[in-house]
Amino acid sequence: MQRIGVFVCHCGTNIAATVDVKAVAEALSHEPGVVISQDYQYMCSESGQNLVKDAIKEHKLTGVVVCSCSPRMHENTFRKAAASVGLNPYLVEIANIREQCSWIHKDIATATDKAVILGKAAVAKVHLNAPLTAGESPVAKRALVIGGGIAGIQTALDIAEAGFDVDIVEKKSTIGGKMAQIDKTFPTLDCAACILTPKMVEASQNEHITIHSFSEVSEVKGFVGNFTVTIKKKARYVDEVKCTGCGACVEKCPMKKVPNEFNEGLDNRHAVYIPFAQAVPKVATIDPNYCMMLKNGKCGICSKVCTAGAIDYKQQDRFIEQKYGAIIVATGFNPINLDKYDEFAYNQCPDVVTSLELERLMNAAGPNGGTLLRPSDKTHPHTIVFVQCVGSRCDDEKGKPYCSKICCMYTAKHAMLIREKYPDTEVYVFYIDVRTPGKNFDEFYRRAVEQYNVHYIKGMVGKVTPKSDGKIDVQASDLLSNEQLHINADMVVLAAAIEPDKTARPLATMLTTQMDTNDFFTEAHPKLRPVESATAGIFLSGACQGPKDIPETVAQASAAAAKAIGLLVKNSITCNPCVAHSDELLCNGCSSCEKVCPYGAITYQDKEFRMPDRTTAIRRVASVNPAVCQGCGACTVACPSGAMDLNGFSNSQIMAEVDAICK
Amino acid sequence: MQVNDNNFQPVIVAFCCNWCSYAGADLSGTNRLNYPTNVKIIRVPCSCRVNPMFILRAFQKGADGVIICGCHPGDCHYTSGNYYTRRRITLLYSMLDFLGIERNRTRLEWVSAAEGAKFAATMQQFTEDVRKLGPNRRLEDLRCRKQ
Ligand SMILES: Cc1cc2nc3c(=O)[nH]c(=O)nc-3n(C[C@H](O)[C@H](O)[C@H](O)COP(=O)(O)OP(=O)(O)OC[C@H]3O[C@@H](n4cnc5c(N)ncnc54)[C@H](O)[C@@H]3O)c2cc1C
Ligand code: SF4
Ligand code: SF4
Ligand code: FES
Repeated sequence: MQRIGVFVCHCGTNIAATVDVKAVAEALSHEPGVVISQDYQYMCSESGQNLVKDAIKEHKLTGVVVCSCSPRMHENTFRKAAASVGLNPYLVEIANIREQCSWIHKDIATATDKAVILGKAAVAKVHLNAPLTAGESPVAKRALVIGGGIAGIQTALDIAEAGFDVDIVEKKSTIGGKMAQIDKTFPTLDCAACILTPKMVEASQNEHITIHSFSEVSEVKGFVGNFTVTIKKKARYVDEVKCTGCGACVEKCPMKKVPNEFNEGLDNRHAVYIPFAQAVPKVATIDPNYCMMLKNGKCGICSKVCTAGAIDYKQQDRFIEQKYGAIIVATGFNPINLDKYDEFAYNQCPDVVTSLELERLMNAAGPNGGTLLRPSDKTHPHTIVFVQCVGSRCDDEKGKPYCSKICCMYTAKHAMLIREKYPDTEVYVFYIDVRTPGKNFDEFYRRAVEQYNVHYIKGMVGKVTPKSDGKIDVQASDLLSNEQLHINADMVVLAAAIEPDKTARPLATMLTTQMDTNDFFTEAHPKLRPVESATAGIFLSGACQGPKDIPETVAQASAAAAKAIGLLVKNSITCNPCVAHSDELLCNGCSSCEKVCPYGAITYQDKEFRMPDRTTAIRRVASVNPAVCQGCGACTVACPSGAMDLNGFSNSQIMAEVDAICK
Repeated sequence: MQVNDNNFQPVIVAFCCNWCSYAGADLSGTNRLNYPTNVKIIRVPCSCRVNPMFILRAFQKGADGVIICGCHPGDCHYTSGNYYTRRRITLLYSMLDFLGIERNRTRLEWVSAAEGAKFAATMQQFTEDVRKLGPNRRLEDLRCRKQ
């Protein structure tokens, strides 16, 4: 027999002014099972809670209904109060008679009627509440960082600093990301390598950090605190442990005509390569698309010259499995492909380059040793035109609708660096708007205009045409003077929009995290939870979440690390007990529920059942992993047998509420 | 049968998902945005928890209108729950047509946690629309009728 207590709150006058609380308490006292029904000024106050606690003890209550403010406010308060006197916290229900009654209605009579009905629905529901216990699940004390750019490196260093083991999985043969390719950085113009490479070395030497370079995540199972991840270590045909990074193999490799992706294809590398001098790990990699030994068994020079015996032409992809408590995504970005932009002649003229290519052309470790030369004839350019927003802020499907955020600043940087080093070079920048919010950013841009005399022109470049004399005709409109311009340029630099890495979407599917329409990872809350994904235990770091410069990337990387550490220090986490469960006697193993579950929480087991005629039968039945289930209830509706139900929001509970409201 | 009775007070059940619409309803309360007392809210974790059976049950027990509110497409707390809801309600519409219950008595709306004003306006409008349709007599189980 149920013994239910009803507690109606005045909330000062917030409720009492429009709802006759005494009448509500009186009306609910006649509901079946209700043994006590009281009203009080402030139910959530200490004395209000004591009233509830005393009543639970005195009347040996089996259920509690509090008619008060929204359960989103104080459900937990009253659950805790109940638990403190030994009543299961899930035997408490809230009727929301403030936000959804007294605050929106003016007429006391009808508002009171509505409050009574809401109270009755809660009483009807609490009759069917079952005591629930929140399970605990252990936390694996190890973190996985996916992506080894500056974001991933910073996150890993911070987590290691706190004393936890952390693995970095980087798909390329070295960590460092885009920042390793950049020459100097705005707004300070310090050299990128000088601030990045010490961090790369620090990561490789930290005893808590393991770097899996040339590796990818191939499978993710499990849930917060308890992920099992399979990492694919791609065959690089070089034994990582034996290789000393001496480069003898690279020097002797006869296959020298491989486009060098680290230099954005502006020069060539060998079939066996180390991307750059400060690569971490400094280990050679053989490119199977070009290696003659791997392609047709002829050559084998590198294995002969390698004194460490590290070359292994028979190496296969290896898979390792590891448990992690937290996963941090740091997969960064790439400039978009410019094939669709015929008007800029990017594919026709070698002297039309992207900004990232320009970084390499100006870099001391780049193809020209840091002297800015035209890729076509290696001459010094005297007129350079920069085009901003190529593919950014577009309303057609060719480009991206968003602002890539970093281009205004790096273009100002490029223009300034060129004017500084080559004062005889004229630099034009075509822009839609110059956007420079950020510490010392606008000062930086103004310096480019005022001190370095860079010609900033508000306007659009209509067409870029390579001419027969090797020059490039840039046709543009100056929006301020309303003039058509033709500039006879030597080089054109396109500030291409940036987009998330192409592997981000399949990764998001593996991780069951959300992405926006542009494939940037979505944060759990745009303001209040900017570094967590909506999936528990998965955090976001760097440009994979949205366009960012280095200072912002590092700030977010450290924030993501702090959140991950907050999880890793826990020994166990409490699970939400309002999860689905299936009645094995009703389940027919149809798989309908499994198909709709967004979290993969449902698996099947063959179980032995005793039939009424005393024979046994083996049947396939669904079972829900309570630690994985998030309690959405999708499966309960999909189940054609009525076998699947949800704790806390069961079919019969909701039906009882419906009945109480409609009666 | 059309009843032109302005005193007719329809019974309206609103299913609201915990993460968006229930919070949106709370917000319309916080902002003191009025909507008719006819609307009574049932909290569900996600709009995809709403079994069409609940809706039929409501009509059988005498509800005159049922509204389901969830997060906007793409915003569901559980990623894809509201897409299931959308498909299920679409199917339910054909079944309601078949049963001869005006499909306008059932409505699906996306209301975010920030759309307190939209919540109130939606409830106002839906109540008016159901009021115009008159009482639901088709499925109501007369045995459940109040004496
Ligand atoms: C031309 C140019 C100039 C710039 N100049 C400046 C500047 O002067 N100052 C400044 O502050 N910022 C500058 N930036 C911005 C800066 O590059 C970024 O802020 C920074 O690189 C973002 O770091 P990240 O780690 O998030 O991404 P990234 O640097 O892109 O690193 C991501 C890493 O993850 C790896 N990865 C991707 N997918 C996977 C996967 N599925 N599995 C494993 N690994 C994966 C990638 O290989 C890469 O190593 C510039 C950008 C460009 C394009
Ligand atoms: S309630 Fe949702 S998360 Fe849990 S098993 Fe069912 S579909 Fe999966
Ligand atoms: S949908 Fe229902 S019957 Fe089918 S497997 Fe799941 S629980 Fe069993
Ligand atoms: S949580 Fe709101 S619709 Fe799924």
